[in-house]
Amino acid sequence: MTSATASPATSERESALIAAILAGDREKFHDLIRPYERQLYLTALSLLKNEAEAEDAVQEAVLRAYRKLASFRGEAKFSTWLIAITLNEARGRLRKTQQAAIDSLDDQSSESGDFTPAALTDWREVPLEMLERQEIKTLIHEAVAELPDTFRQVVLLRDVEELSVNETAEALGISLSLVKVRLHRARLLLQKKLAPLLLLETKPARRHRIFRRWPWF
Amino acid sequence: MVLDCKHVWNHISDYIDGTLSPEVRADVERHLAGCEICSAVLDSTRNVIILMADDRVFELPVDYSKRLHARLDQILAMESPESLGTS
Repeated sequence: MTSATASPATSERESALIAAILAGDREKFHDLIRPYERQLYLTALSLLKNEAEAEDAVQEAVLRAYRKLASFRGEAKFSTWLIAITLNEARGRLRKTQQAAIDSLDDQSSESGDFTPAALTDWREVPLEMLERQEIKTLIHEAVAELPDTFRQVVLLRDVEELSVNETAEALGISLSLVKVRLHRARLLLQKKLAPLLLLETKPARRHRIFRRWPWF
Repeated sequence: MVLDCKHVWNHISDYIDGTLSPEVRADVERHLAGCEICSAVLDSTRNVIILMADDRVFELPVDYSKRLHARLDQILAMESPESLGTS
């Protein structure tokens, strides 16, 4: 899994690559962006929800990053800068399709109010081998796609791309506390949606078991 | 401080990330030790996060990287990065 956490060695390597590219060794741009291809795709997908559109957005964002490379100052990490460009590109596309208007409505209803998670017992083990099955991946994709847009962005950056809370805030241009609130809500929504489905898949023999209900339901 | 279940749920995300203060963390752990339901909510939330983070879940489209670098090659062959000050 690619982590966006740049070690000092990564920053140095990237600074050297950027200097070389700006001095005329253009081909090195391939090496500069290669570690971040997956992150950029997921970033675009977090807004666009369409694979082909996300791929186009990444291509445009990467070309933009190349053209604007001289303006990268090294104050943020290169990966954060790239992610921010990709988010801008994806947002521009969203505006064109006017999906953005739906966003703000989604948010308010989900960022406040009480929340009840799904109550389950005995799912201590994580059966990673279940991820070999396409239907499991599809369940996860659908649950993530159903999240309000702003929640999906945060959870994909933080839990799928594994950026830190600080990096997520920086990439999205929102406060740390807003990242935390959205992340928390997104995680609990995913738990509520996915945990019962995944538990059934984990223990097919108990398919007919009735889950324990909350006493106050 | 004695926490009820709903308060514990509010802390689940920070608990998983290890960002609770030591006092709140101790309160949460005390509750978890005696509450099967909250322990199950914690375990399943953590499991969902672990599953989501696996690279097999969100796969790149076939030949995504190839197409990206091919497109880039076209531009690299024609253009230098812009100098500062140009728009």
